[in-house]
Amino acid sequence: MSAPDKPKIRVAGLTKRFVGTTAVEGATFDIARGEIFGLVGPDGAGKTTVMRMLAGVMRPDAGSIEIDDVDVVADPEQAKLHLSYMPQRFGLYEDLTVDENIRFYADLFEVPRKLRDERTGPLLAASNMEAFRRRLAGQLSGGMKQKLGLICSLIHTPQVLLLDEPTTGVDPVSRRDFWRILYSLRESGVTILISTAYLDEAERCTRLALFHEGRLRYCDTPKRLKALMPGTLLAITSTAARDLHKALLGRDGVMSVMLVGDGVHAVVDDADRRVPELSAALDAGKIPHGELVRVTPSIEDLFVGLLKDEHAS
Amino acid sequence: MRLGRIRAMAVKEMLQVWRDPRSLMIALLMPVMQMALLGYGVNLDAKHIPVCTFDREGSQFSEALLKRFKSTAYFAVVETVDNYRALTAAVDGGDCRIAIVVPPDFSKRLSDSGASSVQAIIDATDDNSANLALGYAQSVVSGFSADIAVQRAGMQGQWMAAPAALSLESRVWFNEDLVSRNFIIPGVVAMVMALVGSQLTSLTISREWERGTMELLVSTPVTPMEVMLGKLLPYFAIGFFDAALCLAFAVFWFDVPFRGTVFTLFFTTALFLIVVLGLGYLISVTVRSQVGASQIALLVTMLPTALLSGYTFPIDQMPALIRAVTYLVHARYYVTILKAVFLKGEGVVELAEPILAMTIYAALVAVLAARAFRKRLE
Amino acid sequence: MTVVQGNGQASIVADGLVKRFGPFTAVDHVSFSIGRGEIVGFIGPNGAGKSTTIRILCGLLRPTEGRAVVAGIDVARNPEGVRQHIGYMSQKFSLYGDLTVMENLRFFGGIYRVEGALLDERMRFAIDMAGLSGREDALVSTLAGGWKQRLALGCAILHRPPILFLDEPTSGVDPESRRRFWELIHSLAADGVSVLVSTHYMDEAEYCNRVALINQGRLVAMGSPSELKQRGLGGDLLLLECDTLGAALAAIEGTSGVRDVAVFGNTLHVLVDNGDIAQRDLPRRLAAKGLADARLSTITPTLEDIFVELVANSTIAGVAS
Repeated sequence: MSAPDKPKIRVAGLTKRFVGTTAVEGATFDIARGEIFGLVGPDGAGKTTVMRMLAGVMRPDAGSIEIDDVDVVADPEQAKLHLSYMPQRFGLYEDLTVDENIRFYADLFEVPRKLRDERTGPLLAASNMEAFRRRLAGQLSGGMKQKLGLICSLIHTPQVLLLDEPTTGVDPVSRRDFWRILYSLRESGVTILISTAYLDEAERCTRLALFHEGRLRYCDTPKRLKALMPGTLLAITSTAARDLHKALLGRDGVMSVMLVGDGVHAVVDDADRRVPELSAALDAGKIPHGELVRVTPSIEDLFVGLLKDEHAS
Repeated sequence: MRLGRIRAMAVKEMLQVWRDPRSLMIALLMPVMQMALLGYGVNLDAKHIPVCTFDREGSQFSEALLKRFKSTAYFAVVETVDNYRALTAAVDGGDCRIAIVVPPDFSKRLSDSGASSVQAIIDATDDNSANLALGYAQSVVSGFSADIAVQRAGMQGQWMAAPAALSLESRVWFNEDLVSRNFIIPGVVAMVMALVGSQLTSLTISREWERGTMELLVSTPVTPMEVMLGKLLPYFAIGFFDAALCLAFAVFWFDVPFRGTVFTLFFTTALFLIVVLGLGYLISVTVRSQVGASQIALLVTMLPTALLSGYTFPIDQMPALIRAVTYLVHARYYVTILKAVFLKGEGVVELAEPILAMTIYAALVAVLAARAFRKRLE
Repeated sequence: MTVVQGNGQASIVADGLVKRFGPFTAVDHVSFSIGRGEIVGFIGPNGAGKSTTIRILCGLLRPTEGRAVVAGIDVARNPEGVRQHIGYMSQKFSLYGDLTVMENLRFFGGIYRVEGALLDERMRFAIDMAGLSGREDALVSTLAGGWKQRLALGCAILHRPPILFLDEPTSGVDPESRRRFWELIHSLAADGVSVLVSTHYMDEAEYCNRVALINQGRLVAMGSPSELKQRGLGGDLLLLECDTLGAALAAIEGTSGVRDVAVFGNTLHVLVDNGDIAQRDLPRRLAAKGLADARLSTITPTLEDIFVELVANSTIAGVAS
């Protein structure tokens, strides 16, 4: 994503300590206007803490956050006018209806009634939720709750959207609706910061920041990150997956082997050299196997690969 | 501060109360239940106290006196004896609470000196009801002696002061019917206000923490002041509604005399509501769990109101230390005011002192509550 | 029936299971069977009926209709008998946070009536498996998610059940721990344990021998991950890379034969009816709009693609087995 001008969000040296632990340490990154910037990492990596500090609901111990030239640390209330934050836990009122929730948040942001009504219709339509306007939020499915959360956070047309694991526990169909809305927002210039536990979802972001143990380890586009993946991922189908697994484990050049449903996934250091080598060895050992197919690693493969590498060194 | 946002908070809060059976119960059912429970159940009035009489004179006067015991609803003459042994047996056996003995020289002393005495023997195992029975007996006797005095004065064609044995009168001055309910009911109003105010508001913020809605709320531009006002307004309205309900209940159902003005009552109720709502809110901000907040609210507002406000136990009979503590109890002032407004009909001017105390209290709580809520997650 | 790794009779049979809660049908005529040593994934959104089905199979809930046979025992008739043969681990780790690792294991040992030397041996095994050596006396509440999860698994298999039900065991666990967990599952299956595991992580389906896709209480499809992918979308999924994504999107949306266009990061995923459209119509159309740099390539759909397509078309593709 090329930044047309200066970054929309600037984060430098962001640090947050809790009693006994450092949740986030020295995180530095910029996000350009119109990006969908993904925060990925295991639970406890510090994603939520970063989000909260950016949303102005938690004070960092050190570092600076600027959103649209507003210093979030110094003046969080000013920043809140420009951004919307959707916490990980459903933040809406389950005992209010869809319409009542929307009205409440619109009023908090002082959206004029006429404007609110104009915006509500299309947002509900885009999320396939028009039929549920009078339903209590507590009676919505997980996916619809998240979509309602998104609608509420969009009602004041924020320039920056902070979404903390918005799709956790959401069914794939609603997830697609959700992302469709995000992409259309991005088209209109909204900058989106999203954290996710679904690593397959991370591929949909324009750039990714990999957090681990409170530190930002890697930050780049999914494509370039995948290029960092040590070794090459091979998928090998087999009717005797366990024998295959055993045969590959510990062989020269085989960095890891993982049993999957219909075979194994193996990471090798040098595919050009190892594929014929392994193929021959398996044939010799009379282990039934399909072709050794090079596959694009998923973000999860990458994640595990990078961190394993780190632990080793 | 924006009115629109305060209104949004208030509307939201009202909808939530409306849809929450527990809150609704506290807001609407509690006052009625409390009034009924305390108005009927905890009725300190004893009726038909079993009494045993021993008329040692058997004169016209003594019979007239004992007749009064028969005719009043406070006593039921269950036994008439003619010796002390039977009398003692009746009291010891629990057949009667109190025995009235008319001395043999009753009429003589009355006509000689214009004063006489009757003996009362009381089963004092239950101190409270013993006192009560004695009080009633005294009032019966003094009523009788007053009539005699007037009668005699009339007969002699000259004015003569009635015998001054009416020490009880001071106790029943503003409650001449001797109905303890008249004392209880104004106190119940305070109890209801304390309960409704603190219980409902103690949940309001902690609920947002527990349900996870707080995180989103603090990420919006709403200010702490707007949150507080928006949240407390609906409860203020509910509080007033309940006050009106209690008042109507008291006056039209329990026939408690209401001698003051509705203005004084509502003005002071407003002050008291600010105090209890503010306290509930403070607790809710500090304690993030609903159960904890509700219990602490009970401890901080309900208990002192019940025990230390003068509602059940007269403050002037408390040990000095406890009495000093009551000055810190907000309900003390409100109960004082309520009793005065109901029974004495006093207005704002006469009640300036407790009103001032409550105003200071309200201002203090309001300032603390407004500053307590921070838009932060830590 | 495609029992990939199974042999002999089925360990778990669900036959027309229905569960209604009032007017709500949580499980709607679900039938399948699972062989010995097979790992079957229950995949679907929250509220799809995964947990309810598992609870019926464990004898914790009575089905409204249908029959469940687990380890040869009719669950409805003899739920207690079934429990001897199964291990169950629910989505919320059912460990006691205020007890230590050892105390939890000993407690579950007591419940399953595993005693003496056998219990010691199996507790040792569970601790090694969970990677908790040296932390036996740590309070469970102080453990990180991955460890808790492996310990919960260790507790669930203390009595060596031949059948294991895992209800969303991996939610809230980091990717590395997730992989370790699946390695454990595979090694249990190698010893002949049948595993039914539910998850809402689509990518986890890859680890299963067979996958059952569940939506709104119904079994949408069942088969091995590669079978499901091969059955495919009834069309081709194309990856479109282009510098001006918005323009490309506008250019191809609404083209006849294009069933769906979805933005995917800096790329588009385009679902088309057939290869002709991919090779002829689309490049022509893109070129006409001056988008010469657009590159099209065919990609394998993910299970999620399949799932969304199946659900969107409401095609109840009968039980695959």
